[in-house]
Amino acid sequence: MNLLWLIPTLPFLGAFILVLFGSRFSRLVNSFIGAGSVGLAALITLFVGFDFLSASINAYQYVAWQWLDVAGLSAAFAFHLDALSLVFIFVITFVGFLIHVYSIEFMKDDEGFARFFAYLNLFVCSMLILVLADNLVLMYLGWEGVGLCSYLLIGFWYSEEKNGYAARKAFIVTRVGDTALAIGLFMLFQAFNTLNIQDIATQAPQLWTVGTNPPLIIALLLLGGAVGKSAQLPLQTWLPDAMAGPSPVSALIHAATMVTAGVYLIARTHVIFELAPVALIVVGTIGATTLLLAGFAALTQYDLKRVLAYSTISQIGYMFLALGVGAWSAAIFHFMIHAFFKALLFLAAGAVIMALHHEHDMFKMGGLKSKLPVIYWTFLIGAASLAALPFITAGFYSKDQILWLAWAGENGNIWFFLAALLGAFITSVYTFRMLFIVFFGEEKTHVNHAPGKLISTPLIVLAVLSLVGGFVELPHTLGHFTLFSDLLNPVLPSVSLKQDVESLEWIMQAIAAVVALSGVYIAYVFYLKSPELSDKIKESGKTLHQFWFSGWGFDRLYDALFVRPFVFLANINKNDVVDKMYEGVVTMAIGFNRLFVFTQNGILRWYLMGIVIGGIVILTIGLIIS
Amino acid sequence: MILLTFIIILMAGGLMAWIAERWVPSLSRWISLTAFVINLVMALWIWVQSNGLVHSESVWISKFSVAWIPSFGINFSLALDGLSLLLLVLTFFLGILSVAISWNEIQYRIGFFHFNILWVLAGITGVFLTTDLFLFYFFWEVMLVPMYFLIGIWGHENRRYAAYKFFIFTQASGLLMLLAIVGLYFIHGNQTGVYTFDYFQLLDTKMSPGVERWLMLGFFAAFIVKLPVVPFHSWLPDAHSQAPTAGSLILAGLLLKTGAYGLIRFVLPLFPVASAELAPWAMLLGVVGIIYGAFLAFSQTDLKRLVAYTSVSHMGFVILGVFAFNELAMQGVVMQMITHGISTGALFILAGSIYERIHTREITNMGGFWKQVPFMGTIALIFVLASLGLPGLGNFVAEFLTLIGTWQVNKVYTLVATLGIVAATAYSLRIMQKVFLGKEISHHAILDLSMREKFILVPLVVVIIGLGLFPQVVIDAAKRTFAPAAEVSYTKQVVNGNNVQTIKKGEHE
Repeated sequence: MNLLWLIPTLPFLGAFILVLFGSRFSRLVNSFIGAGSVGLAALITLFVGFDFLSASINAYQYVAWQWLDVAGLSAAFAFHLDALSLVFIFVITFVGFLIHVYSIEFMKDDEGFARFFAYLNLFVCSMLILVLADNLVLMYLGWEGVGLCSYLLIGFWYSEEKNGYAARKAFIVTRVGDTALAIGLFMLFQAFNTLNIQDIATQAPQLWTVGTNPPLIIALLLLGGAVGKSAQLPLQTWLPDAMAGPSPVSALIHAATMVTAGVYLIARTHVIFELAPVALIVVGTIGATTLLLAGFAALTQYDLKRVLAYSTISQIGYMFLALGVGAWSAAIFHFMIHAFFKALLFLAAGAVIMALHHEHDMFKMGGLKSKLPVIYWTFLIGAASLAALPFITAGFYSKDQILWLAWAGENGNIWFFLAALLGAFITSVYTFRMLFIVFFGEEKTHVNHAPGKLISTPLIVLAVLSLVGGFVELPHTLGHFTLFSDLLNPVLPSVSLKQDVESLEWIMQAIAAVVALSGVYIAYVFYLKSPELSDKIKESGKTLHQFWFSGWGFDRLYDALFVRPFVFLANINKNDVVDKMYEGVVTMAIGFNRLFVFTQNGILRWYLMGIVIGGIVILTIGLIIS
Repeated sequence: MILLTFIIILMAGGLMAWIAERWVPSLSRWISLTAFVINLVMALWIWVQSNGLVHSESVWISKFSVAWIPSFGINFSLALDGLSLLLLVLTFFLGILSVAISWNEIQYRIGFFHFNILWVLAGITGVFLTTDLFLFYFFWEVMLVPMYFLIGIWGHENRRYAAYKFFIFTQASGLLMLLAIVGLYFIHGNQTGVYTFDYFQLLDTKMSPGVERWLMLGFFAAFIVKLPVVPFHSWLPDAHSQAPTAGSLILAGLLLKTGAYGLIRFVLPLFPVASAELAPWAMLLGVVGIIYGAFLAFSQTDLKRLVAYTSVSHMGFVILGVFAFNELAMQGVVMQMITHGISTGALFILAGSIYERIHTREITNMGGFWKQVPFMGTIALIFVLASLGLPGLGNFVAEFLTLIGTWQVNKVYTLVATLGIVAATAYSLRIMQKVFLGKEISHHAILDLSMREKFILVPLVVVIIGLGLFPQVVIDAAKRTFAPAAEVSYTKQVVNGNNVQTIKKGEHE
C-alpha cells in the first residue's frame, strides 16, 4: 500500500518526460512512456487494491509533504485511500490505460503525438489527485488540473478556430462552477478551521443539525462546482462542444475522468449533503431534469459524437438522481459501469469516424455492420449496455438499481422514478437510432481503413467489462449479490427502503425491462423498418426538433445573457474611460496655457491697462469688504 | 553592514558600468550582471544562514544605522526582516534577468542604460530596507528618475508621453507622501521633544483621529498610485507598454511591489486606526480593480498593454488582502507580490521576445505561432495558466490565501473577487488563443527561443512551479514579520479603544 503515491506520480512523470523530451524521442518510445506510465499505474492499483482489501482496514493515508501551513490552514500533499477512492482509481487507471493504448494507433499520424500523450497523462494524473486528495485544497488542485487538461485536449487541433473556442468554453464554464466550489471551501474553512475531508466529515454532524442553513448553503455551493464539472444543468453547455477534441479525449473526459468529478465530490462530501435534505432534493431534481433534457437533445443530433455527448450528460443525470435520493453506492456503481460502456462507445465511434475519413454525420454512414464487424459487435454491446437491455448487460444492473431506489428509497418519490423511467425509454430509442443508422441500411461512405489490433483490443476488453461488470452487484430478485455495495459500505452508508415495498421490486424491474426493449423496437420501426416515418415526425415538429437539436437553446441564452454583455462592456471601454479624466486635466492645463500666453504679448499698452484694471478690481474688492 | 553593501554594490556598479562604456561597451553588461549576482548570492546566503527563518525569534534579522543629518534627526538606517529579504531576493533575481533580456535588445548607450537599471534597483533595494522615513523618501525618488530615463530613452514609439505620464503620476503622489512624512515628523517632535524620522520611534506617535486620517491619506496616495489601484492606474498601461522589456519587467515585477510594501510596512503600522476605518473602502477599490482590470485586459490588442492591465487586476488582490487584516490574507499578499513579479515579468519577457521577432505588439497580427515556436508556446502556456490562477503554480496559493482570508472579513467582496478569477480565465486564455493557437497568419519564419532566452525563462518556470508546490518556504520566511507586526499594530488599536473590531483572527464577524 505504500506504493500508493506512485499511482498519480507515474502519469505525472510520463507527462513531464514527454513535455521535455517528447520531440526528440521516436513515436514508439513516446507511446511506451505515455501508455506505459498509466499501465504501470494500473498495475500498482491492482497491488494496492489487493493489499487494501486483504488488510481489511477502512482507510490508508499517505503524506508526501506539507504543502501549506498558514494561520490554521494546513494542507498537505496527502493521499487518502478508501473504498470510494479505490473504485475511482481503479476505473481511472484501467479505462485510462485502454484509452492510451487505443490512442497509439488512433493518433499515429498526428504531428502532435508526444504532446497528445503528455496532455493525456497529465489528465489522468490530475484526476487521480482529485480522487485521492485527503484535503479539499489538494482536491481543488486536481479539480482545476482536470479542467486545464480538458482545455488542452479539446483544443488539441489548435489551428481550427472553433476548436479553440470549444476548449475555452469548457474551461471557462466549468470555472464558473469552480467559483461556487471555492466559496464553499472558504465557508467550510471558516466553520471548521480545517479543510481536511475526514475531519470535516466527523465534525460536521456535531456542529450542525439536520436542516439548518449553513450545511444547506455549503452543500449548494459544492453542488455548483459539481454541476460545472459534471455538465449538469445549468452548466451543461460545454460538453457537447467538447467533441472538438480527438475521440480518445472524448472517451477519457466522458468515461474515466472529468465529468464524474462532480459525482465523486458529492459522494465524498455526502455527510454535508445528508445534513441538508433540501440540497439533496435539489441534486435529485437537477439529475432528473438533466437526464430528460439531454435525452431529448440526443434524439435529434446528426453528429455521432454529439449523440454520445448528450447521452453522457443524461447518464450523469442518473448518477445525480441516485445521489439525490441518498443511494450513494448506486451512483458509484453506475459511474463504474458507465465508464466501461461509454469509453467503449466513444472509442468505437472514433474508430468508425477514422474509418470514414473523419466523417461525423451519422446520416452519411450506414451499412458498416459487415465492413467493420469488430466495431459493430463491440458497439452493439456498448449500446445494449447504455440502453440497459435486461439481464445480459451491466448497464441494466446499475441503472435498474437507480430506478428502483428513485422510488423505493427512503428519499425517493414517484416523480423521480417516472423521470428516470421516461429517460430510460428515450435512452434506448436514441441509442438504437444511432446503432441502426450507422451500422445498418446501405453503405453511404466507403470504408478505407480497417482498425488494427491496438484499436480493437481495447474495444473488446471494454465490451467484456460492459457485459460482466454488472455482476458485482445483483438485485434481491436476481441472486442478491452485494459485493460492490459491501465494499463501499464503510465509506458510503447504504440506503434504507420505504416500508413494505420490497415485494414490488420485480414488478419495477419488469417495467424497466419492457421500457428498454420497447425503446429498441421504436427505434427499429422509425429508423430501420420505415425511415420515412421519422422524417414525417421531424417535419411536423420542426421548431421543437430545432430547439432540441440546439440543446434547448441554452447556448443562445447564455450568449445573450453573459457573453455578449461582457464582450460589449470590455470593448466599449477599450481605451479606458478613467484615462480620459486625466486627459481632461491635461487639456485644461493646455487651455489655461493658451489663455495666459495671450496676455504676454510684449505690448506695453496692454500691460499698463492690465495693471490699471487689476488695481481697480483690487481696490473695489477692498472697499466692498471693508 | 551587509545591508549597506547591497546598495553600495548596485550604485557603484552603476557608475562603473557607465564609465566602462567608454572603453568597452559590452563590459557594462558584465558589470551589472556581476553586481546582481553578488547581491543575489548574499541575500540567499542570509536566508540560508537563518535556516529559512523558520525558528527565528526576533523579527529583524539584521539592522544597520549611522547618523546622516543628525541636526534633523535623519539617520541612514536599514533593517532587514523576512518580508524585506523575500523582496530583495526577488529584486536581485529579476535584476539578473533584466540584464540578460537586454543583452541584445539594447544597442544604444549601453553604459547609461545599465547605470539606470542598477540605480532603479538600488532605489528599490533601499525602499525595501530602510527604516528612516526621510531616507525612505530619498530612495523612493531614486527609483523614479532612472526609470523615467529607461522609458524615455529606450522605449517604444510613444515613449516620451509614457515617461512623462509615469513621472508626473508618481511624483505628484510622492509629494503628498513627503508632506505626510514631514507632518508626522513635527507632530512626533512636538509631543516628545525628539525630532526624528526614525520608523520605530514614529510608530508610537499619538494623533487625533482627524490628523491620523490626513497623514495616512498622504502615504496611501503614494502607494496606491504605485500599486496601482483603480482609478489611479492609467499611467501603468502606457509605461508598461512603452518601456523596453527590461523596463516592463522591473516595473511589473518590482516597482509595483514597492506600493504594496509601503502599505504593509508604513500605512498599517503607523496609522492603525485610520487604516481600519479606511479598510472597507480600500477593499472596495481592490475589488473594483480586479474586475475593471480584467475587463480592460480582455479588450486590449496590444500584447504588452494587455499584460499591463492584467497587472491592474492582480494588484487588486493585494490591496484587498492587505486591508483584510489577517494573517491568511497577508501571507496571500506576500505570495502575490512574489508570484506576480515572476509570472507577469515572464509574460513581458515573452512579449518582448515576440516583438524582437516580428516587430509588432498587435495580437491581431499574430496567431498559430505554436507550430513554429513550440518551446516558447509551452512556456507562455505555463505563465498564462499562472495568471489565471491554476493550482500547482504560485499564483494560486497567493489568490487562494488572500480570498480565504478576505472571506472572513467581507463576503460580498470575496465573492466578486472570486468571480474575477473567471474573468482572468477569459483574458488569459485569449492571450494563448490569439498568439499561439488558431490559424497561422504570419508568413515569415519565426525562430524558437534562443539559448539565452531559455536561460532566462526556464528558471522563471522552475520558480513559479516551485512556489506553487512548496510555498511554505516563502510563508515561513514572512511569518515572523507578520505574526508580531500584526500583533503590535492590532493591539495598539485595541489599546486606543476605538470602535475597531475586525482585529484578531477568529474574532471577525
